[in-house]
Amino acid sequence: MAKSSFVYVTFIKTTPEQLWTALTEPEFTQKYWFGVRHESDWKPGSPWKMVFKDGRVGDTGEIVEIDRPRRMVIKWRNEFRPELKAEGFSRCVFELEQMGEAVKLTVSHSIEQDQSKFIDAVSGGWPLLLSNLKSLLETGAVMLVEKP
Amino acid sequence: MDDDAVFKALADGSRRLLLDRLHRKNGQSLADLCEGLEMSRQAVAKHLGILEEANLVAVQWAGREKLHFINPVPINGIAERWIGKFEQPRLRALSDLKKALEKKGRQ
Repeated sequence: MAKSSFVYVTFIKTTPEQLWTALTEPEFTQKYWFGVRHESDWKPGSPWKMVFKDGRVGDTGEIVEIDRPRRMVIKWRNEFRPELKAEGFSRCVFELEQMGEAVKLTVSHSIEQDQSKFIDAVSGGWPLLLSNLKSLLETGAVMLVEKP
Repeated sequence: MDDDAVFKALADGSRRLLLDRLHRKNGQSLADLCEGLEMSRQAVAKHLGILEEANLVAVQWAGREKLHFINPVPINGIAERWIGKFEQPRLRALSDLKKALEKKGRQ
């Protein structure tokens, strides 16, 4: 089946535990994700959602795999743009790997659909988010508070 | 993962061409990337190694096939270093204007 996907890699000077916390604690995600909270109890099969500052739900899904602090797989679907929601669930894999003083974070996001509008939409956001996450963990501050 | 490696990797037309091809179609194998190029397979593999070293290309294995993905995160880091959030919309407007004018010129 045709597939759309991307893979983003960043190296962050931190520990896998700290990075894991940054990915899974709503108080932390809202600092680098332009105010968005990622909410879940982070257990296999549990629901997962992204909540905007004003309480609206952005994306929803389910935790597929979780192996703290190494790997997490989320089934992920957009809820507020009908053309994206129609494409169904995507699969987002986070992998954390200690490399010397840094942690290599690999985010791969894919969907079983050629020329996916969903993948197109999220692929623009990931580099900004990962840069923000990196500077938050390394310097304590983000580069961008609001989405440009 | 330093900026020097990123700039060195980008300072070569063949490597920028490979990034262009991945930007158009992400997740290609070495064989896919060699198609239609005048470079040898070895040369393409070597350029991909340099891009990978600079973290501009990420690889994933699909079975026995090694697939290459463009990784724009280091370029975004460089852009953010000098382009403030307030300048971004104006720069985008300028870039749109340039594209529109150049397109008109070709017609």
